[in-house]
Amino acid sequence: MSALDIQAIRKDFPILDQQVNGYDLAYLDNAASSQKPLQVIEAISDYYRQDNANVHRGVHRLSQRATDAYEASREKVRKFLNAKSDKEIVFVRGATEAINLIAQSFVRPQLNAGDEILVSHLEHHANIVPWQMLCEQTGATLKVIPMTLEGELDLSGFDDLLTPKTKILAVGHVSNALGTVNPIKDMIAKAHAKDIPVLIDGAQAVPHLAVDVQDLDCDFYVFSGHKMFAPTGIGAFYGKQDLLEEMPPWQGGGDMILSVSFEHTQYNELPYKFEAGTPHIAGSIGMGAAIDYMNSIGIDKLAKYEHDLLVAATQKLEALDGIRIIGTAKEKASVLSFMIEGVHPHDVGTIFDQQGVAIRTGHHCAQPVMQFFGIPATARASFAFYNTMEEVDALVGAITKVQELFA
Amino acid sequence: MSSADLRDLYQQVIMDHNKKPRNFRDMPDSNHLAHGNNPLCGDALVVYLKLDGDTIEDVSFQGSGCAISVASASLMTEALKGKTMADAEALYELVHKQMTGEDVDTAALGKLDVLSGVKEFPARVKCATLSWHTVHAAMESEQDSSVTTE
Repeated sequence: MSALDIQAIRKDFPILDQQVNGYDLAYLDNAASSQKPLQVIEAISDYYRQDNANVHRGVHRLSQRATDAYEASREKVRKFLNAKSDKEIVFVRGATEAINLIAQSFVRPQLNAGDEILVSHLEHHANIVPWQMLCEQTGATLKVIPMTLEGELDLSGFDDLLTPKTKILAVGHVSNALGTVNPIKDMIAKAHAKDIPVLIDGAQAVPHLAVDVQDLDCDFYVFSGHKMFAPTGIGAFYGKQDLLEEMPPWQGGGDMILSVSFEHTQYNELPYKFEAGTPHIAGSIGMGAAIDYMNSIGIDKLAKYEHDLLVAATQKLEALDGIRIIGTAKEKASVLSFMIEGVHPHDVGTIFDQQGVAIRTGHHCAQPVMQFFGIPATARASFAFYNTMEEVDALVGAITKVQELFA
Repeated sequence: MSSADLRDLYQQVIMDHNKKPRNFRDMPDSNHLAHGNNPLCGDALVVYLKLDGDTIEDVSFQGSGCAISVASASLMTEALKGKTMADAEALYELVHKQMTGEDVDTAALGKLDVLSGVKEFPARVKCATLSWHTVHAAMESEQDSSVTTE
């Protein structure tokens, strides 16, 4: 297997070739949002230059081309997740919208006061708040799988948390705050043994590892485009067809209907039942191009290279004095969260930026994780396949600079 | 260039106040207090005031935050002790103006001028102003109150 030609890959990402505050940009904030290759930018631009029209409507040529491109992207997402059918792939704005949709359309109709929704302590706010809202609406209770000091899920009491009252298990595939890869396949099997459906929040997983929803046997898998080299404002979710068939539409409007009269509206078939209104056509096409891009190099190859970067960066930080790595799970992807002794992460972020190193500092939309560790925030470097060992060194250099300044 | 900017931001005085914040204590006999939160970065502090009529007899704070927010709070307590409420409000306005890049009389700011470098870092202005918004809320309120900055 040939090694990746990173310099060639970086040429596909023009944004990376710039200076920030007099230094070469080291973009290490990929867990917040990834950069887009030219192939994605051009796919969007080509769509608006050549094919732009509404989908599923006109008989004219442009509408047909737009519809074809939109549906071709759906097929790309289907293959990307290895879903059985295109009917199981619904375009949404992102993982957040998908979770809200599933909460309201799938879970709410079967939820009674006293029922339980199970999430984990590692979740992003997007996989907490929609469930809290649902609990407020129905009188259900939110239960939480605890975590360990290493940042892994503590599954010692997992069986007891799966009760006859549990109506859904909603858990992240990869933690955005710590990078922990959760053992979701085992968790899904255990939940299914008790007939509990499972939603996987894959927002942080799809850019970093291959996903097979049939192998996982999850009931729902949600993700956002912008973290996997696609535009913002577009994402998709997978749902098992028999479940989607039973679910009522979430939003009403055009495109989600077969016929409308003031007496009765007949809803459209899957997946259009869930795609009310004109969708983000360009975004979907861009997401399809992002999937093509990853496939053209090979997701496994990208993942391996990126993981080598994470391991190298982790070792370099471990070798430094005064650094505490937050999240030391055995299985991790992309994310390196850390604290510099005696320095608030917000100061770290500013000093890094002055050296062209872009990281995230804050609570990473995972405040319960911060509360667990008793810290207000962390500094978080997160890698993508276009990052380099030189950028890892820039990260280490920036840490040294912080320590000098705060000595 | 950038290192010089950083030194402007993280001046010796600021580093010193961050390491050894002044008036960093609880005040059991305070008659005004307010909580300040910056939810984005997790800065959280409480400002205590003991007002004697119109005069700030004592002011202190507690909490945690970045170097800029802690140093700013510490410098603020030094600047406000013994001032009248009207003087304190005037200083609050002055600090706010400086942070948003307006020309201000630096002599009137006194030692607080060490925070002038912050205006070059727009993302950090709210760190420097959190304690001021909080003390403003404390002065305006009879009871416990809170402010949140974004």
